[in-house]
Amino acid sequence: MTEAIRNILKEHGRLSVDISTLTDAADLYQAGMTSHASVNVMLALEANFEIEFPDKFLRRSVFSSVSAISEAVDEIRAAR
Amino acid sequence: MTTVIAQEGASPVGPRPLETVARIASEVARVHADAVDREGRFPAEAIEALKRARLLGVLVPASLGGPGLGLDEVAAMCEALAHHCASTAMIFAMHHIQVACLVRHGQSSPLLRAYLTELNERQALIASVTSEVGVGGEMRASVTCVEQRDGRFTLDKDATTISYGEHADDLLATARRAPDAPRSDQVAVLLRKGDFTLERTSAWDTLGMRGTCSPGAKVRSSGPAEQVLPVPFADIASQTMVPVSHVLWSSVWLGIAAGAVGRARAFVRQQARAKPGTTPPTAVRLAEVHNQLQTLRASVHEVSSDAGRRMAAGDPEALSSIGFSLKMNNLKVSASQLVVDIVHRALLICGIQGYKNDSPFSLGRHLRDAHSAALMIGNDRILATNASLLLVLKDE
Repeated sequence: MTEAIRNILKEHGRLSVDISTLTDAADLYQAGMTSHASVNVMLALEANFEIEFPDKFLRRSVFSSVSAISEAVDEIRAAR
Repeated sequence: MTTVIAQEGASPVGPRPLETVARIASEVARVHADAVDREGRFPAEAIEALKRARLLGVLVPASLGGPGLGLDEVAAMCEALAHHCASTAMIFAMHHIQVACLVRHGQSSPLLRAYLTELNERQALIASVTSEVGVGGEMRASVTCVEQRDGRFTLDKDATTISYGEHADDLLATARRAPDAPRSDQVAVLLRKGDFTLERTSAWDTLGMRGTCSPGAKVRSSGPAEQVLPVPFADIASQTMVPVSHVLWSSVWLGIAAGAVGRARAFVRQQARAKPGTTPPTAVRLAEVHNQLQTLRASVHEVSSDAGRRMAAGDPEALSSIGFSLKMNNLKVSASQLVVDIVHRALLICGIQGYKNDSPFSLGRHLRDAHSAALMIGNDRILATNASLLLVLKDE
């Protein structure tokens, strides 16, 4: 799953560094992701994983790293 | 006259601070408002009176020696000042936006806690340096960075506007976190008087809000590294700076609108007195505009008390939720449009007496000041943000 998340970040995250140089725990905001870009990341994640992020998941911390995103996706899938 | 004897460590702000502000608005700000506007000068008399009444530290919590008033109380003060001088009111609003950011995000730092106590004791005026050449008006992006070495920071910034910067004691500036940080990875830095210089780069000869004295300037500064706020500016912006700005700005615009309707009401009364026993035709127009004023007032008060409750709850998520961001942004856009409409209608009621600059019913300043509202963070930018938020919001 982290590969799919990384591809989405590569396409929509508008990071100022190459995603392949970042660890799963690295702070994506410090890597240049803006809140506007995180909206597009979320929409791409919803389409890719066929999920919907509930409003309570729409927090800055949820999109702060590859592993945070991965945990959120797992949690949303588990709740279905 | 009642004398309030301050307890040890408590701020001797009067028992009814809103009444004090209303008095300063009508006795000081009103008297100088036309000169401030005409000369485009800082409203020194009104700000001095606010300092003397110890009203610049009202958000400082009791634990740091301040009165710890709530956001809606400061909002009511902004409204009261704007009845008579929108420039004074906007300076008061912008100062309290900076104080709110420090109160809510600086308290884990002993140095910043001591600063807040001192701000209240000295009644220091803080200005904001968020604008910058090269970012196209985007508050959440910086070109310049703060550099830290051996416990000191240096920060140089080319700002497009710094409101009342030359009259402020201290500044709160945004910058990239470090030389290798991207544009959106920002921090806020407190710059103390004596630690910075300003070199003016443009003038401030504007249509309205002339007394805020907001030319561009090159800022050069340095100081102890502890003055870099310990939390990311992204959190400060979303949880405090943006909501507090929208509440306090909207309160200023409500005050401008109320001031204009007040002049229209006085005009209609004068007409009615001239022909006792008949209701002048303008009275119906007054009823219409008064109705709009009530709509604006209800909207500003509702969002301001909601924001106040969310802040008091101490839950950062409550302030950065998408639903609340939309509500805040909607308030800014609607209040900034309604104020122009209300002042325009008041002008139609007063007619030539409102159009003349030298009549007691003159509304030129109100109209020019009101037009700044749509430009302070452009409404188009805000609506674009809302459009993007609505793509992800599920509930209402």
